[in-house]
Amino acid sequence: MSQPSYLRFDTLSLHAGQAPDPHTGARATPIYQTTSFVFRDADHAAALFNMERAGHVYSRISNPTNAVLEERMAALEGGVAGLAVASGQAAMHLGLATLAGAGSHIVSSRALYGGSHNLLAYTLPRFGVETTFVNPRDLDAWRKAIRPNTKCLFGETLGNPGLDVLNIPALAEIAHEHRIPLFVDATFTTPYLMRPFDLGADLLFHSATKFLGGHGVAIGGILVDGGTFDWEASGKFPELTEPYAGFHGMDFQEESTVAAFSLRARREGLRDFGACMSPPTAFQILQGIETLPLRMERHVANTRTVVEFLRSNPAVESIGYPELPEHPDHALAKQLLPRGCGAVFSFSIKGGRPAGRRFIETLSVFSHLANVGDAKSLVIHPATTTHFRMDDAALAAAGIGPGTIRLSIGLEDPQDLIDDLTRALRASQKG
Amino acid sequence: MDLTVQGRKAYAYTGGKAIDLRLPCVVFVHGAEHDHSVWVLQSRYLAHHGHGVLAVDLPAHGRSEGPPLASVEAIADWIVALLDAAGVKQAALVGHSMGSLVALDCAARHPARVNRIALIGAAFPMRVSDELLSATRDDEPLAQDMVNIWSHSAYAHYPSNPGPGFWVLGENLRLMQRQKPGVMHVDFRACNDYAAGAERAAQVACPALFILGRRDAMTPARSGRELAKAVKGARVVEIGASGHNSMAEKPDDVLDALTAFLREGT
Repeated sequence: MSQPSYLRFDTLSLHAGQAPDPHTGARATPIYQTTSFVFRDADHAAALFNMERAGHVYSRISNPTNAVLEERMAALEGGVAGLAVASGQAAMHLGLATLAGAGSHIVSSRALYGGSHNLLAYTLPRFGVETTFVNPRDLDAWRKAIRPNTKCLFGETLGNPGLDVLNIPALAEIAHEHRIPLFVDATFTTPYLMRPFDLGADLLFHSATKFLGGHGVAIGGILVDGGTFDWEASGKFPELTEPYAGFHGMDFQEESTVAAFSLRARREGLRDFGACMSPPTAFQILQGIETLPLRMERHVANTRTVVEFLRSNPAVESIGYPELPEHPDHALAKQLLPRGCGAVFSFSIKGGRPAGRRFIETLSVFSHLANVGDAKSLVIHPATTTHFRMDDAALAAAGIGPGTIRLSIGLEDPQDLIDDLTRALRASQKG
Repeated sequence: MDLTVQGRKAYAYTGGKAIDLRLPCVVFVHGAEHDHSVWVLQSRYLAHHGHGVLAVDLPAHGRSEGPPLASVEAIADWIVALLDAAGVKQAALVGHSMGSLVALDCAARHPARVNRIALIGAAFPMRVSDELLSATRDDEPLAQDMVNIWSHSAYAHYPSNPGPGFWVLGENLRLMQRQKPGVMHVDFRACNDYAAGAERAAQVACPALFILGRRDAMTPARSGRELAKAVKGARVVEIGASGHNSMAEKPDDVLDALTAFLREGT
C-alpha cells in the first residue's frame, strides 16, 4: 500500500461535511428550512432525545444545513466538531459559558475587538465570571494572572485592530502547565492563514460574518473544538467530567473521550441559551467558504500592495502590519503566519482626528462601516466606533490612538484602492 | 464503571446508566488504538433497551491501566476475567477489528461464557502491511494518519457520530492520538500475529453475525465473508457506503443489525 493522504485544504473547503443529497441528487447543500424533523416512531423519538441515536430533532439544537457548515469548519481547522451559532459574539459566549460559571476566572489578552472586551470586562462579571486583562506579548503577565479558578486563556490570533500576533505555542504551554485550555478568536486569520490547533490551541471561534462568508450578507459564528484537551486529566472541569443533572446524569467525557466540550456546548449551551444559526445563513456562509482559499490569497496580495503604498505616503505616520520589519511581532508573524498576516490592519494618519475624518469622508471605493473581512474594502475609525466603550487608557493599551484608521482590504483591483487612498490622503492633509 | 481485572484498574462504559446484571449482558470490545467511546451510538441505545452493557477500555487504552496485552488470546482471557470481576456469567460479545478477533477467540475457547458474537470489520488473517506495522513502531503520527484515511469511506457522514456537527475523521484521529505511546504497535502486531483464526472459527458454536463495510480498505469485506464461511451458521450483513469505522460512518445500520441479532437471544 502506498502512503495515503487526506483531502487537501482547497478540496475540503468544497467537500467536507457534504455529499450529494441521496434523495434528490442535489449537488449543492440544500437549505433545510424547517424547525423540526419527523420521528420514525416513538422509540426513534425517545432514542434521539436521549442521545442513543444521532439525528436531528429541532433546528435550535441541530439542522442538516448547519451540520455541513459545522463539519466543514471542523475539517478545515483540524478539530473534532463545530457549532454554528447566531454570531461571533454568540460563539465566544457559548465557548466561555461552557467552560466557566459563577466564581470562575479568565485571563485574556487586552488587545481585543471592543465587543469581546465588553463581554469580558462588563457583562460576564454580572454573572460572576471575572477576567484579568494582560499585555498579549508579556508571557510572564499571563502566567502571573492565572488563579486556581482560572478556566482558560483567551486571545485573538491577530489582535483587533493593532494586529498583535498571539504567541499560541508559548501560551498553549503556559495554559497546559496549569491544566487549562487555550481558547482563541481566529476570525482575522481564518484556517487558510493559520490553524491554531496545529500550534497548540484547544478551542477556537470565528465571526463567520467576516472572511468565512466574505460577502457581507450574513451574521454568524462558529465555535470549533480541537479535541485535544483532556478534561478528565485536568480535573478542573466537573461540568464535563461529572454527571450533569440537566441531562439525566450524563458524564460528557465518558460519552465522548475527545468531544466532551462540544457535546456539552450543544446539549446545554445551544439548548438553553438558544443562540442558533438559521439554515439560510449557514448556506450563505458555506457559499463563502467554497472560495475561501482563493479569496484569502487575493486579500493578502491586495493588502501587501496597499501597505507598500501607504509606507511611501508622507501623510501616513505609522502602519501596524506584522509583515513590516518595524512591527513588534514581525519575527513571530514570520513563524506563525507564513501565508500572510491577513487583510485587516490599522495605520495612523498625520493630523489626528480631523485629518482622519477628512480621510474617511473622501474615500469612495472604501465603504465606511463597522465590519471587516468583506469582499469589498472597508474603513473605520476605531476610537469612535468599534472600540468607543474603552477609555483612553484601555485604547492606548490596545494600540489605538485618536488618529488610528482601520482598513479591511477587499478583492477590488488594487490600483483602484491605491487611487482611492491617494485622493483621500491628499484631502486629509488640507485642513 | 471501574473494575479490578487481573490486578489492575479497568474501566467499562455502561451506556449512561448503571448496569443491571439481571439483564442480558453485551460486552463491546474496541479495536486497535481505540477506546470505549467508539461504541457510543450502539452501546447507549442497548443499555436503555433491555441490556446490561460493558463497553470496555482494554488494558492501556482509555481509562484502563496498562500495559497493553500483546496477543489476541491474552485479550480474550482478559475479557473473561472482566466478566468475572463484573459478576457476569455469560455475555454477548461485539468486537470491532482487533476486537472482532478477540470476540471470535473468546467464543471458541470460553464457550460457557459467550452466548453470541457480532464481528464488525473482521478479517482473517488480519495482516498488517510492513509499511504500516513499522510506522506504528517508528512514526505513530504517520501510522495514525494512514489508519484514519483507510478506515473511512467518505468526508461527509450522516448522521455523524456522536451526532450532527461532529467531524468523524477528526474525532477518530484525536482518539488515536489520545492513546498512550507504544500501544498502537502492540495492538497492530497482535492483529498481524494472530494465527488461530481459522481453527477458532471452526470451534465457535454460538450464533455469529458479521457486519462488514463494502468499502472497508483495512479489512476488506471479501476477507470478512471468507471468515464468516468458516463459522457454522454465521450470518453476514453488509453495509453499502461504509468503510472500516462502520460504527461512526453508519451508526444506525450497525445498531439496527446488532439489535435484531441480539433480540434473537433474549
